[in-house]
Amino acid sequence: MKGLKPEDIKVILATDCGSTTTKAILIEYRDGEYRLIVRGEAPTTVEAPFEDVTMGVLNAIAEVEELSGRKILDENNKILSPAKNNIGTDIYISTSSAGGGLQMMVAGVVRSMTAESAERAALGAGAIVMDVIASNDKRLPHQQIERIRHLRPDMILLSGGIDGGTTTHVVELAELIAAADPKPRLGTGYHLPVIYAGNINAREAVIETLQKKVALDVVENIRPVLERENLLPAREKIHDLFMEHVMAQAPGYSHLMSWTDTPIMPTPGAVGLIIKTIADIEGIEAVGVDIGGATTDVFSVFQGVFNRTVSANLGMSYSVSNVFAETGLPNVMRWVPFEMDERDLRNRVKNKMIRPTTIPQSLNELVFEQAIAKEALRLAFIQHKSFATVLKGVQQQRTIADAFEQTAGGQTLVNMMTLNMLIGSGGVLSHAPRRQQAALMLIDAFLPEGVTRLAVDSIFMMPQLGVLSTIHDKAATEVFNKDCLIHLGTCIAPVGELKNTKDLMSYRFEMPDGSVIEDKLGVGEVKLVKLGFDEKSSLPAKAKAILNPAKNLDVGRGKGNKVETEISGGVVGIILDGRGRPFQLPEDNSTRVSKLKEWMGALDVYDKSGLEKLA
Amino acid sequence: MAHAYTPGLKVTGKTLIKKRRILPLKGEVIVKIGDKVHPDDAVARTELPGNVEPTNVANILGVPPEDVSECMLKKIGDKVNKEEMIAKSKSFFGLFTSSCRAKIDGTIENVSSITGQVLLRGAPIPVEVKAYLEGEVTDVYPREGVEVKCWGSFVQGIFGIGGETHGEIKVVSKDNKAVLDEKDITPELKGKVIIGGSLVTAAALNKAIAVGVRGIVVGGFNDKDLRDFLGYDLGVAITGNEDKGITLVVTEGFGQINMADHTYALLKSKEGCLACINGATQIRAGVIRPEVVIPLAEGKMGADEGTKASSHGLEVGSPIRVIRHPYFGVIGKVTNLPSPLQKLESESMARVLEVELEDGRRAVIPRANVELLEE
Repeated sequence: MKGLKPEDIKVILATDCGSTTTKAILIEYRDGEYRLIVRGEAPTTVEAPFEDVTMGVLNAIAEVEELSGRKILDENNKILSPAKNNIGTDIYISTSSAGGGLQMMVAGVVRSMTAESAERAALGAGAIVMDVIASNDKRLPHQQIERIRHLRPDMILLSGGIDGGTTTHVVELAELIAAADPKPRLGTGYHLPVIYAGNINAREAVIETLQKKVALDVVENIRPVLERENLLPAREKIHDLFMEHVMAQAPGYSHLMSWTDTPIMPTPGAVGLIIKTIADIEGIEAVGVDIGGATTDVFSVFQGVFNRTVSANLGMSYSVSNVFAETGLPNVMRWVPFEMDERDLRNRVKNKMIRPTTIPQSLNELVFEQAIAKEALRLAFIQHKSFATVLKGVQQQRTIADAFEQTAGGQTLVNMMTLNMLIGSGGVLSHAPRRQQAALMLIDAFLPEGVTRLAVDSIFMMPQLGVLSTIHDKAATEVFNKDCLIHLGTCIAPVGELKNTKDLMSYRFEMPDGSVIEDKLGVGEVKLVKLGFDEKSSLPAKAKAILNPAKNLDVGRGKGNKVETEISGGVVGIILDGRGRPFQLPEDNSTRVSKLKEWMGALDVYDKSGLEKLA
Repeated sequence: MAHAYTPGLKVTGKTLIKKRRILPLKGEVIVKIGDKVHPDDAVARTELPGNVEPTNVANILGVPPEDVSECMLKKIGDKVNKEEMIAKSKSFFGLFTSSCRAKIDGTIENVSSITGQVLLRGAPIPVEVKAYLEGEVTDVYPREGVEVKCWGSFVQGIFGIGGETHGEIKVVSKDNKAVLDEKDITPELKGKVIIGGSLVTAAALNKAIAVGVRGIVVGGFNDKDLRDFLGYDLGVAITGNEDKGITLVVTEGFGQINMADHTYALLKSKEGCLACINGATQIRAGVIRPEVVIPLAEGKMGADEGTKASSHGLEVGSPIRVIRHPYFGVIGKVTNLPSPLQKLESESMARVLEVELEDGRRAVIPRANVELLEE
C-alpha cells in the first residue's frame, strides 16, 4: 500500500474476477461511516477471444464510474489515485477465481493427521483440493504416482511428520512426486510449484529429491507437534505462489497485479477472511455458505478455529445433476408439496446442467429448485462437519466424568447450539424472490438449534470485503454489517425429545415499541413474529426475549432452563421452529404434504393460491 | 444483464474449421505444413514415460536403508527384466541370503538411501495424435503438434458422449420429429454416422453399438436411458472419455425434442458425405460442446456463411427456442423486448421477452430461458 494510514483511506475500489462475471464495488467514507456506494459488473474476459482479464475489470469499473459519477480511470485507462473530490480512489484491491481458481494437490503421511492438516491449509488459502495423497490412503505407490501425473494441479503442498520425528515416510512421498514428474496445469515453460511444510529433519532429503524436478519452496512444518497446527506459513506461501505462478500464467493478470495495492487473493480465501474477521470482532461463532453453480463452499468459526470446505460437485447449475445423483430423488422430493413425474424431473435437471444460465419461470420450478438447494446445502454441511474437527491423533486428557461420555478422537467442532450466525450466499439464496425462501432453505438444510441469526449476502461482496479486512478492518466490517448482509432475522429452535410434550416452550418478547408478545410454541408448529429494523441505525431491531423450554428441551442453556436474551430482527423476523431437533418429516405422504404447506404458509414462503393450484 | 440470453449453438453450412492437434507431452511432429491429411492419419507422436513401480528393497532384504545401495546388483540406468534379481543381501558370514526381484520390465530410476526404496520405470508408452479432420496441415508447433484446417459444414451439439470418430452420414429418421427406434437400426448402418429426429431410444442405441454404427446425431435423449447406458448417474457434464463403442451427439437437450429444422435440413443435405464427430462435452469455464464437422471437397471453399445468431443479439423477429419449462423446446419469434424487469409466476424479477410460439400462442418468457436460432 502506498504508505496510506487507514484513516486516510476514504475511497476504496474493489473487484472480484469470477469465472463468468467481474464485479466491482465502490466504498466511500461518508458522514462518519464507510458505506457501499455503487456496484458494477461486466463479463470476465479471461478466455478467448479477449484473453485479458483487465478488459472485464475496466468494463466493470466503467459501470461504477457511470453509476457513481466518480471519475476513476484516466484517458489511458489508468486508475487515478489517490482520491481528490470526485476523482480517483485511494486504494484498489482485487480477488480472483477466474480460470478455475487455484487447484491443488496435497500430500501427507497419515491421512487423518498431517495430510488432513495440509488439506486444511490448502482449503483455508482458497484452493480446490483435487486429491489428498497419504502414505496410508490404501492406494499402491504406482497408483499414487499415476494420479499425481494425471491431475496436473497448479501446485502441491507436501507435509508429513512432526519436527524431529521419523523422516522416512515423508521422503518416500517426495520420491513419489519426483517419480511422477508432475506438470503444471497452465503453461509448459515452468516447473510445478511444490511447498514442503513437513518434518524439519527431512528438509535436506526432500530438497535433494525434489529440487531438480519442481520449483520447491520450504516453509515451517504445518504440524510441528502432534497437538498443534501451524497453518499460516503454508497458507501465506500458497498465496505468494498463486500470484507468482498461477496468476502470472493467466492472461492479463500480470498487468492487473501491477494495478492493485495489495496482492490479488483467491476468492474463497478472501471470503474466509471476512467471516473469520467478523467472528473475531463480534466474539461469535459463525457459519457461512456460498452455493454456486458448480461448487458449494462452507466456512465456519467455532471455538475461534476457522475451517473451510469445498464441495466440488455440489452446485445449482453445472453440478445440479450431481446433487440429484448423490442425494437421490426421494430426498429432493420430500421438500416438495406436490407430485412430479420422475422421468420428466430427471430430464429437467439434466437440461439445467447443460444450459446452466436458465432461471425458474413457474412456481413449481422454483419450489423444485429450492428443494435441490436444500439438499446441496445439507450435503455440503455434512462434509464440512466431518472435516471441521479437533485435531486427530492427539492424546486427550480425560477426567472421571468423561469416562461416561467417551467420544472418539476427531470430534467435530461444529456445534449448532452455540452457533450465533448463519450466513448464506450464492444466487439461489441471494436472489430468492422472497426472503422467507432463503430463510427456510437455510433452516431446512442446516437445522440450526437454539437461537441463531440468519442472513444472506445481498450481492456477493464478501470476497472484496475479505481483502479489505487485511488492510482496513473497520471499513470492511462496517460495510459488511450495513450493506453486504441482508439480515433475515433469528431462528429459535428447541432441541430434545418431543414425546409426551405438547408445548415445546413458552416465550415472551418485549418489542422495541414497548408491546409484549407472549405465547406458546406447540410440537410441529412454525410461527413467525415480525421484527424489522431500527429506523435510526438501519440495523436489525432488537427484542428482549424470555424463552422457557419444556423440561426435556433446550434452547441454549440446557434442558428446561430459561433463556433471557436479545433477539435480532430482519426482513423476515423471528422464526419459531417447533418441528423438533433432530428434525424428521412425517413419513405418511399426505401428512407430509399438509405439514409442508402449513409451514410454508406460516412463514408466507410462497404465494398461497399458486401453491394450492399445484397440489 | 446485456448478456442474459444464451447464444445459439453454431450450425452453419460452410465455415473454416481449424483444430489444434496437440500431444500431451512434447514429442515429434510427423507431417509438415501443406500436407493433406485424412481423419485416421497420425500427425504427431510421442512416448509417455512408463509407469513407475516402487519397491522397498530395504524392507525386503531386511537391511537399513543406507545399506541398500551396497546390496544393489544393478545401478541407476540399468535395464532389468521382470523377476530378475536386482538386490541381494548376505548376513551371518554369508550363511543367509535374501534377494529382491524386479516386479516389471524396466529401468532402475532411483535408489534411495533414506527410504530404502528403489524405483523401476517401465517401458515408455507410445501415444499418437490423429488428424481427426479431412483437411490440410496449416501450422506446425515444433515438438507439440499441428493445426489442421478444412472448410466444412459445422453443427454444434448441446451434449454428447464418446470421443472422436468419423463415418459416412446416413439419415435414418424420416423427419426431425421421428423417434429413432430399435427397428430403424439395420446391419447396413455399420461404420456410418446416423441422423435421427427428436429422440433416440436406449434400445436403438444398444443395437447401433451391436451393428457397429460409429455415431448418432439426434435431437433428444432421456436422462433415464443415459443412466442405464453409462451404468451411473452422470453428475457433472464432463464427457468424451466414455468407451462405449459409439459417439452420441445430442443437438437439443434431454427428453424428446425435435431436432431444429435448420440442423436436420443441413445434415440431410450432406447424406453420403464424411462426418467427423466428437461427443466431448464440458460445461464449465472453457466450455466444450460436442460437434459434427462435414469437410467440404476441395474447390468448394469460399466465403464463410457464418450464422445470423452469432452476429446479432436478440431483436424483434428473432427466431428463438425456449430452453426451460413450462415452454421447454417450443420454437417461436420474438414480438417484443420490454426493457423493465418483470415479475414472473415464480415472483422472480427478470428481463423478459414476448414471443409468438409456433402454435400461435403468445407467451412472456425470461430472456435467460431462450436461445437464438439461426435462420
